[in-house]
Amino acid sequence: MSKTPLQFRLNGAEKAVFVEAGSNLLDVLRRGVGDMTPKYGCGQGACGTCTVLVEGRPRLACLTLAETVSGQHVETAASLSDGPDLDPLQDCFMEHFAAQCGYCTPGMLMAAKALLDRHPAPSREQVVEAISGNICRCTGYEPIITAILDAATRRGRRAG
Amino acid sequence: MRSGCIWVSRHDGAVMAVTVETYATAEEAGRALRTGGDARYLGGGTIVMRAINYGDQSFRRVVRATDPALRQVRAQGARVEIGSGVTMAEVIDSRELAFLAPVARWIGGPAVREVATVGGNLFAEHPYGDFAAALLALDAVVTEVGGATRPLEALLSARTRGTQPLITAVSVMRPEAGAFRFAKVSRVKPKGVSVMSIAAWLPQQGGRISGARIAYGAMAATPIRTMGVERALEGKTLDAAGIAPALSAATDGLQPPSDALASGWYRREVAPVHLRRLLLGEAA
Repeated sequence: MSKTPLQFRLNGAEKAVFVEAGSNLLDVLRRGVGDMTPKYGCGQGACGTCTVLVEGRPRLACLTLAETVSGQHVETAASLSDGPDLDPLQDCFMEHFAAQCGYCTPGMLMAAKALLDRHPAPSREQVVEAISGNICRCTGYEPIITAILDAATRRGRRAG
Repeated sequence: MRSGCIWVSRHDGAVMAVTVETYATAEEAGRALRTGGDARYLGGGTIVMRAINYGDQSFRRVVRATDPALRQVRAQGARVEIGSGVTMAEVIDSRELAFLAPVARWIGGPAVREVATVGGNLFAEHPYGDFAAALLALDAVVTEVGGATRPLEALLSARTRGTQPLITAVSVMRPEAGAFRFAKVSRVKPKGVSVMSIAAWLPQQGGRISGARIAYGAMAATPIRTMGVERALEGKTLDAAGIAPALSAATDGLQPPSDALASGWYRREVAPVHLRRLLLGEAA
């Protein structure tokens, strides 16, 4: 079986791996480099739990041909915390009970990060739109929306 | 050209090989597609990667092109030409395509829109393909690799017979301000897969409709024009009395499909309601 060399940056660290050509990015992240934060949900782009950022933009890792991220920066939920210090998004998800089973959480966090990086003070409608491709079957979404709005406020306070 | 191979699990546990071929130009990719008959073109990946993930046995080669020409948007007088590789996110960000931005926002979530392409939407199976319905209403003409052109309707018609040429661009009319409307009906809020979508280009002369083009998504095997509605709107005013004949003709000649989202009967029943709301500018 032929393999293709792939170099990219993952959460700020250079990665060079051989991947089965044609693999999706989710397989490469989980099996290739051992980042288990993006999850496999539906494999068809419907659930959003594999959401990562590529060059700062949200992408579904399960639908991304791995070789297309060559030379690019991929960020997963593993990038958010600095050891025990959580990102405000993670703090707010905990405080507002925005995670129950937790399976959607890595994708939700990255979808939210993509939004807040582009729109630091989003409206509720922008938050709803930002997570519209991410399915949560536990929370009913309201705690997640509240958490993201609160995180935006905290980020703004920290930046100010 | 670069190529590689992956073994994909089938539902029965056996494996199949898929090779990936990447070409620098659309012409090379087009030639590769015509060779062998076992290839699928990968644009953004929302269709083909899903097929690979699910062990689709209908193709063994994946062909893609990195040609920057496929990502261009060019104004051409009254029309705009959109490269087939332009993504929904790029449509939203494009000043030239501002009239299509509300349609693109209805396509998937933000992560899907980063990769889903205009060209890919032309080949999206029911109930997807809402963007193609909008293009159909805007008198779209597709350009195939090599330069041949044909109306989008002809491509969609051929698509049901399994023919899938490589499309390099789609040209659409640029509608006058306020003359283009689009609605997508879904049971999931804020958005979900279509029960139906409606695109309407409504040029007017002297306050009366002249040369309207109306297209539906998810009401047939492919996006489809509603000629009966178009004829009924000709010369009419956009008010309750003026559109009444068009509402009566809303599903003439259509046999909407049934799926997990809605039955064909339900689609027929609600179509006039949503058409009325769109034409009169009522909130859904």
